Amino acid sequence: MTLMTALLALGILALLFGALLGYSAIRFKVESDPLVEQIDDILPQTQCGQCGYPGCRPYAEAIANGDEINKCPPGGEATIKKLAELMGVEAKPLNAAQEPSIKRVAFIREDECIGCTKCIQACPVDAILGASKLMHTVIADECTGCDLCVEPCPVDCIDMIPVPVTAERWKWDLQAIPVKLVE
Amino acid sequence: MPSLFQQIQAGTLWDFHGGIHPPVRKSITSRKPIGLMPLPSRLYVPFRQHIGVSGQILVTQGQYVLKGQALTSADNAMTVPVHSPTSGTILAITEHTSPHPSALPEKVFVIEPDGLEQWRPRQPLNIATADQQMILERIQDSGIAGMGGAGFPTHIKAGMQQPVDYLIVNAVECEPYISADDALMQEAPTTIVKGIDILCKLLNPKAVLIGIEEDKPIAIAALKAACSQREHYFVRPVPVKYPSGGEKQLIQLLTNKEVPAGRRPADIGIVMHNVGTLFAVAQAVLDDHPLISRIVTVTGETLLNPQNVHALLGTPVADLLSFCGFQAEPQQKVIMGGPMMGFTLPDLSVPVVKTTNCILAPSAQELPDAGPELDCIRCGACADACPATLLPQQLLWYSKAKDHDKLKEYHLSDCIECGACAYVCPSEIPLVQYYRIAKAEIREQQRETLKAEQAKARFEARNARLEAEKQARLARNQQLAAERQQNQQQTGAKDAVAEALARIKAKQAESIAETSHDAIVAERELKKQQAREYQAQKALKAATEQIGEVDAAPTPVSEDPRQAAVAAAIARAKAKKAATEQVGEAATAPTPVSEDPRQAAVAAAIARAKAKKAATEQVGEADTAPTPVSEDPRQAAVAAAIARAKAKKAATEHASEQLAQQEHDVPISHSDTAPAPANEDPRQAAVAAAIARAKARKAAVKSEGEEG
Repeated sequence: MTLMTALLALGILALLFGALLGYSAIRFKVESDPLVEQIDDILPQTQCGQCGYPGCRPYAEAIANGDEINKCPPGGEATIKKLAELMGVEAKPLNAAQEPSIKRVAFIREDECIGCTKCIQACPVDAILGASKLMHTVIADECTGCDLCVEPCPVDCIDMIPVPVTAERWKWDLQAIPVKLVE
Repeated sequence: MPSLFQQIQAGTLWDFHGGIHPPVRKSITSRKPIGLMPLPSRLYVPFRQHIGVSGQILVTQGQYVLKGQALTSADNAMTVPVHSPTSGTILAITEHTSPHPSALPEKVFVIEPDGLEQWRPRQPLNIATADQQMILERIQDSGIAGMGGAGFPTHIKAGMQQPVDYLIVNAVECEPYISADDALMQEAPTTIVKGIDILCKLLNPKAVLIGIEEDKPIAIAALKAACSQREHYFVRPVPVKYPSGGEKQLIQLLTNKEVPAGRRPADIGIVMHNVGTLFAVAQAVLDDHPLISRIVTVTGETLLNPQNVHALLGTPVADLLSFCGFQAEPQQKVIMGGPMMGFTLPDLSVPVVKTTNCILAPSAQELPDAGPELDCIRCGACADACPATLLPQQLLWYSKAKDHDKLKEYHLSDCIECGACAYVCPSEIPLVQYYRIAKAEIREQQRETLKAEQAKARFEARNARLEAEKQARLARNQQLAAERQQNQQQTGAKDAVAEALARIKAKQAESIAETSHDAIVAERELKKQQAREYQAQKALKAATEQIGEVDAAPTPVSEDPRQAAVAAAIARAKAKKAATEQVGEAATAPTPVSEDPRQAAVAAAIARAKAKKAATEQVGEADTAPTPVSEDPRQAAVAAAIARAKAKKAATEHASEQLAQQEHDVPISHSDTAPAPANEDPRQAAVAAAIARAKARKAAVKSEGEEG
């Protein structure tokens, strides 16, 4: 009898807790960020296609499926390091074929522009303004420097110019200031 | 235990962690009167001298400007304008070396003073009647930004909506050499107190705490005297220690409160203003005197006459130095700011700006260059000295390793870059430089992250747009197709394609049926034959009618019946021959024929081809003796019709006498059909007839074409 009571009690408890756990697993389900999303967040979103994929998200998917993490020149070392951390793999130097470039933005020589809208169609982030047969121009702040607009231009009036260094973006030069005061 | 407020009222002071005691060297300049320097020949006024964005340009090159005239507008909350420090002409709006450690070129107004010092009209505000908004606008329009060093727009800090417990006036001036605020307090304590009054009107603090280092006795006395009428203004001399003038450090000293990491003093009910800023506020509100000048300590052993100078903003450092008797040494360095937090100037054309409190021109003995950097020996002296209670050596490792996550974990952002750690470092490691580089990199990375997010959003928005356009196009096409279909159904017209498909299907089904049923084939042939007979009769009738109509007499037919007859005969003969061959084939291998109607069809096709050939020949014949034919195409038609009729007749005969006349080849031959081999098979006859018809038609067409 005692045995039965014990078994019964334990059984009921097991059922009770099982139900509770089952319910809470459904009720408090945590939507974990899928891996592709996390990788995509690390990538610089220039949509330049230098990795060989047609955008950052396809590359993120490729990485999730086991592709190399060192194919993103705009991201550079920092991105590779983060990706290595996320994917739990060794950080590799940037692919030799893909040199990290200095930051550039597109610039349209406006008096040469014929207004063909080809660059507008090529721009992955809608950073080029203009209309058919009217001059186009680049919104420099939105330009990711992906180079995709350079190729389609029939009159070659798009230059990639380096972003000028401003006081805000300037990185300190060691040796600039003596901070030592000697008696 | 007395409350915090009571403790503060009682004059209790607390302490902050770390700090250093470098030689102050303030006495070189602090006891001297403020020098007034002559107008420089050129003033370089940078567009932006504060933290924020620069305003829109209000003047043009070559324009004459009055003293105090705004050169840029205050069109944005984070914008304070700059003003012309004196009357004169705008020589240029160009780029000039900036007063920034980077020394990057920066937009400036180049002004040539005319020496008249002509003021623009000034409208002082009455502090008693002016409302808060007016005062704040005046502070902004006067271009006032924090003069302690950071250059934060004062109107934002003064227009805070949060309740303020304490207004702290920072008169500590803890950095060695600098005595600009000291000199100002000695000279104009009442104006400063008026500035405090204005800030009190705006912020309504419970108490005003004026923090001032103990080594400025004259200034302390002057301020105390000026504040004697105000009950809740407390002048608090603090011990000499660097960096007690740091915002967070002074708050801790005076109130024992700590500003949480990443927050502002306003979040704990404290607002701090530099004493110089308050002086500027008082001048701006009470005198309508915008911020166009400031007191700069010009000091160092290379100067004959180091002193505090009342300098117009935009004055080149070279002018200031020469005014103080600068005697440059070889490899002379000139520092803007103090020895702890300042930076070496790349050249001396750099102008004085709102945040410039000191120009230091030390001799080589006074401030030698830092020795070679050695390895960290983990002595921990930097951690003891750090006023922000950080771990400088850890930060150094992570800065070198560029481990930004770890740097965040160790609160690099709380570093005030005071340089105390570098000062105490026995290995002479320029720690602050590493932190500055790391901070710049982190900032850059944050900017990149933000940009990446924006780019992603834009990319996704673009994709969504393109997809939506595609869908819209598809939907429109579908809708149009549906409309078309509906219209067709309404007008009764069926879909041509569907019909054609149905026909093809029906045909296929038929052919399948044919292959399986020979009987059906025979039946069909019979039916076809009948149909042909009917058609031929009709044609004959029509032709006869036509002839009757046109020629009114059938004579031509009789005139040249032979020709047509001959042609028809030839055709028939040929057809027959073909048919015979076919029959022969059928006889030799009759099973496949019956089995496969296609073979028969092939044979028929061959026959037809031959017939065609024959017809061509016939045409040739017709050409050789074409007189009647070419004369009248109708004749040919008639001939054809006759031929057809004959053929039909033959067929009919043959059909009716099929069995009986099997042996009567010769008697039938008079009718030109000579169907002897054909009567074996009714089909053969039909084929022959068809061939004849075809030939006739062709001949007709030909002749018509010739005529045409």
